[in-house]
Amino acid sequence: MGALQSLSDEPEYRELAEKTGFSFEQIGILHKRFKQLSHNEDMLRRADLDTIPDLACNPIRIQIIEAFFDKRNFHQNGDGTVEEISFEEFLVVMSHFRPPALNMTEEQREKVRREKLRFLFNMHDTDNDGTITLEEYRHVVEELLSRSGALGKETAKGIADAAMLEVASISMGHMEPDEFYEGITFEHFLKILKDIEIETRMNIRFLNMDTMTLCK
Amino acid sequence: MPAFSCAFPGCRRDLLVIVLVVFVGIGLPIEASAPAYQSHGTEGSYLTNVTNTKKAFPVLAVNYKHVRQPFEIALWILLALLMKLGFHLIPRLSGVVPESCLLIVVGLLVGGLIKVIGEEPPVLDSQLFFLCLLPPIILDAGYFLPIRPFTENVGTILVFAVIGTLWNTFFMGGLLYALCQIESVGLGGVDLLACLLFGSIVSAVDPVAVLAVFEEIHINELVHILVFGESLLNDAVTVVLYNLFEEFAKVGTVTVLDVFLGVVCFFVVSLGGVLVGAIYGFLAAFTSRFTSHTRVIEPLFVFLYSYMAYLSSEMFHLSGIMALIVCGVVMRPYVEANISHKSYTTIKYFLKMWSSVSETLIFIFLGVSTVAGPHAWNWTFVITTVILCLVSRVLGVIGLTFIINKFRIVKLTKKDQFIVAYGGLRGAIAFSLGYLLSNRHQMRNLFLTAIITVIFFTVFVQGMTIRPLVELLAVKKKKESKPSINEEIHTEFLNHLLTGVEGVCGHYGHYHWKEKLNRFNKTYVKRWLIAGENFKEPELIAFYRKMELKQAIMMVESGQLPSALPSTISMQNIQPRAIPRVSKKREEEIRRILRSNLQNNKQKMRSRSYSRHTLFDADEEDNVSEVRLRKTKMEMERRMSHYLTVPANRESPRPGVRRVRFESDNQVFSADSVPTVHFEQPSPPSTPDAVSLEEEVPKRPSLEADIEGPRGNASDNHQGELDYQRLARCLSDPGPNKDKEEDDPFMSC
Repeated sequence: MGALQSLSDEPEYRELAEKTGFSFEQIGILHKRFKQLSHNEDMLRRADLDTIPDLACNPIRIQIIEAFFDKRNFHQNGDGTVEEISFEEFLVVMSHFRPPALNMTEEQREKVRREKLRFLFNMHDTDNDGTITLEEYRHVVEELLSRSGALGKETAKGIADAAMLEVASISMGHMEPDEFYEGITFEHFLKILKDIEIETRMNIRFLNMDTMTLCK
Repeated sequence: MPAFSCAFPGCRRDLLVIVLVVFVGIGLPIEASAPAYQSHGTEGSYLTNVTNTKKAFPVLAVNYKHVRQPFEIALWILLALLMKLGFHLIPRLSGVVPESCLLIVVGLLVGGLIKVIGEEPPVLDSQLFFLCLLPPIILDAGYFLPIRPFTENVGTILVFAVIGTLWNTFFMGGLLYALCQIESVGLGGVDLLACLLFGSIVSAVDPVAVLAVFEEIHINELVHILVFGESLLNDAVTVVLYNLFEEFAKVGTVTVLDVFLGVVCFFVVSLGGVLVGAIYGFLAAFTSRFTSHTRVIEPLFVFLYSYMAYLSSEMFHLSGIMALIVCGVVMRPYVEANISHKSYTTIKYFLKMWSSVSETLIFIFLGVSTVAGPHAWNWTFVITTVILCLVSRVLGVIGLTFIINKFRIVKLTKKDQFIVAYGGLRGAIAFSLGYLLSNRHQMRNLFLTAIITVIFFTVFVQGMTIRPLVELLAVKKKKESKPSINEEIHTEFLNHLLTGVEGVCGHYGHYHWKEKLNRFNKTYVKRWLIAGENFKEPELIAFYRKMELKQAIMMVESGQLPSALPSTISMQNIQPRAIPRVSKKREEEIRRILRSNLQNNKQKMRSRSYSRHTLFDADEEDNVSEVRLRKTKMEMERRMSHYLTVPANRESPRPGVRRVRFESDNQVFSADSVPTVHFEQPSPPSTPDAVSLEEEVPKRPSLEADIEGPRGNASDNHQGELDYQRLARCLSDPGPNKDKEEDDPFMSC
């Protein structure tokens, strides 16, 4: 039945495949999942994602769900958030997690790296001002540590502050005592995370998905 | 020994070596000539002598027999270590030739010397090797195994270990049998099973040799863990194949049932070894939970439980190496959460020490045994063996990588494949297994000769050329990256993100299961195995604390903050302006703690725990550091009093001196004075060594007085960040001489 479906949606799938780089098979599987999540409707809402039981114990659940509804991740130069997304937008967001192809040139890899880091950056920069301020970073660390019991905001703050200091030291070098480091810009972000090979780590295996059980 | 230069230390060393060798040479004739009898025997004969004839009371007598065995053992070990010392005194040599080669050469020379003297050189006894020399190396490897790369690549590693070794065995065994069928070679008596047995011995990659060579080339993490993991895990296959063919060779025929049983045996051996290791690992972890009052014997538990795991699995003919590895891996996170810092250092030190000695001894004995061993040289057989080894390894790696790459996200490039193939060294395990062959096999001597030749070839030729080849091919080297808190935060963030997105996709993938395991670990296992409240601590906090600790101690030693970038950025530049308030009580506490802590610190924390050769950088003499400490202390006191009375933002920064702040002092104060702490940081265990280390955090030569009011009550939210004491330290690049790896065993990841 899946095969028949994909044949009938062939022209749509082709366009999506070109846009996102997924194969037809992968698009078919993701479409199935989309339909399952949205209860066979055309648009997906936040509430639909909220009900996924696997996400329940994830400390950054809210940020992940928000990322799906963030217009900046739709590659259309928009910003702000939407209330519901179509399958195409879902697919575009998922394409951030595709592994890079084996035979990419160095600059293609660089492009992929920037794209993935941009996704991460957008997740942190909630007010979309182009920088991650200290408050936003603190929020990130707090969320990360929120599941480890009532550790208190102070530890999170301490860690976030130290991290911010590190970014400032690496990016800015010297600053006068009364200068103020506004926040982490995207370029600084790229710089501090250049040692994490993000293009190889931020990936999900889409290949074997037909063998798994589509969980609720 | 004309090979060594005649610099003064070199000459002294040569003299020592000659003296030692002469001792050894004397020792052996003494043993050979006198009839063997027990040590009491001397007393008995002495008494009978006294009753028969009155002799003068012997003021000085030589009784070598009494101490012979320990004397010889100690002598050999001393010789081995002096050799090691000698190599590092000759700078050029150790850069070109890997240590293992040099040690084998020394072994050859020593063996030759002994033969020249006219004695039988000792052969590497298989019993000694498998029970005494091999376990420390494997335990060291297993305990400090980098878990993340290992688990990420475990599928690939298993494929290489199991299927690769099987392929090597059958390819080599089969072709050698075909060779022996050729009339002109003159080896008609070798049947297929004997050839397959030989193939199984010589096809396994050896962990000792791999460790010895790869340690020095600093290759990137992926290739290193692939080759190294393969060398560890192929033990199960080797054990099964060896025993299988040994049994079949006795019988002479193979049936389908036998093959089936062989396969079942493989699973039993490997899984059994893993199970035994896991059981002992959990036992060790559980025991370490109760050692808070007897810290001194903590390291012994680690060593003994691991050794018992090895011996127990050897007893059942299971894979001892796998048991040892699994034991080390399983017990490490829990044990490290429980034991004191000094015990941790002891364990690290002893493991490195023993494995270093073992490795040295193994290579030297390999050289000596070569001179000693019975040899039967057959040009065709030996040369073919060597060539086939190379060919089968290359074919195996290429073929398997082709299949594996279909399932990997990070594909293995051609360069990686080359290094994996070229790094498949054979070593002492092959030799010992060959030596264990009973004399029944008429080809035993031939096999031994061939095995030794293969070992020599791989260690010398491949070992020596792998470094220039790595340079030539510009293979990715290990990243010398400093631990960065941003990277740590984002690694954790990524893990959660990927788990979440997997959940959205509905895909039970890698991250999903890892997350499940972590949760299981946290809720059930840690509760049982970790003492006190430590088990609640998340990784990020642990990492952060340890980083701070290390930096603190490094700072006190060197008298300044280790930083690669001179920078005057401090907290001020980052956060909105804060008006500091100082409380008298805080001030006093800080002063007191700083004063007392300065006297305690002597620990050197600079360490590369994964490198065999440099464990400590012994920079300073004790008295120099003492003087420095005193000076630092005085300066600190002075500055403390100065800073504490001046608000932070009016202080002009001294160029080059970093403004320093303290964070997480809560972990110190929570132990004594502060009544309410929202920091669910585990209170430090009540032993002096642990506490002194925790309190070492707030040691700095220059202080920043951004000390604010104490946290008096539960709700500090209304004042935001001003409400609690904040002495956060500038964390910048912690220093040039730290590898990333040096944190790995240090962290409880």
